[in-house]
Amino acid sequence: MKNPKEELAEIKSMMERSTRFLSLSGLSGVLAGMYALAAAGLTWYWIYFPSSSWGAGAAILSFREVLNRLLLLGLATLIAAVSTAYFLSKKKGSNSSQLFWTPASKRFLQALFLPVALGGFFCFALLHESAFVLIPAATLIFYGIGLVQSAQFTLGEIKNLGYTQLALGLISAFFPDFGLLCWALGFGVFHVIYGALMYFRHER
Amino acid sequence: MSAKPQAGYDKVFDNVLRLRIMSVLMVNPSCDFTSFKELLQVTDGNLASHLRHLENANYIQVAKSFAGRKPLTTYAATETGKKAFQSHLDFLEHLITASKTS
Repeated sequence: MKNPKEELAEIKSMMERSTRFLSLSGLSGVLAGMYALAAAGLTWYWIYFPSSSWGAGAAILSFREVLNRLLLLGLATLIAAVSTAYFLSKKKGSNSSQLFWTPASKRFLQALFLPVALGGFFCFALLHESAFVLIPAATLIFYGIGLVQSAQFTLGEIKNLGYTQLALGLISAFFPDFGLLCWALGFGVFHVIYGALMYFRHER
Repeated sequence: MSAKPQAGYDKVFDNVLRLRIMSVLMVNPSCDFTSFKELLQVTDGNLASHLRHLENANYIQVAKSFAGRKPLTTYAATETGKKAFQSHLDFLEHLITASKTS
């Protein structure tokens, strides 16, 4: 018979491995944050650059052309971030002999997907109603809800990242002038911070 | 549960693979054969024989169905199995606290 302490540790690790998606790559968080920072910089250049201020430039958004460019930029950033996360997590999983497509990863993606997809549709409604100033708040809040919901199926750091996004989302809802700044902080800076944290804690 | 004769060290959980299978089924509503194989990194025959052992002890129940044309066998813990696992956990914890106090 084995040492009872070892046996309990064995049981605990098996329970964790079978319910949590542990291959989530921290490095992909860092890269996603950098894409977001680049996108935010470009957005700032397009909307605010001549006046060089954070707010009071939103009237320009009524120009159809800028709006289309912003939509394309947003989509490109999203696709780049998601595909980076996919490939790096797959690579991390194969290094640590954990498979990528498990019941745990499915549950993680389901929990994340519903709020984020709803948030996407909600943002299209905001665009449709020309409520542009609320878009940074809406993306941050829905993404934050998704992260908090899916945190129980993956690495624990995700929960705090989610709360951070929610707080920034509320701030930018009440102070729309800081919308782009909050967005850059949430999707850019904090992704880099938490991604690095996850990388140093779990991948080294 | 101390009144029950089987409370204490459970022979079924003597094998580490059976212990792992049961740990997985305690926190997941059900799990299929392929997922077990990937999660536990064992061969088909080895896994099947231990699953059969747990099934014979009435700790897990088996459901066979089809996913497209491929047969899909899923396993879930029974009430008996959950109780047995819980008392095995209690027994292990008891051993640890006993070794600390002595």
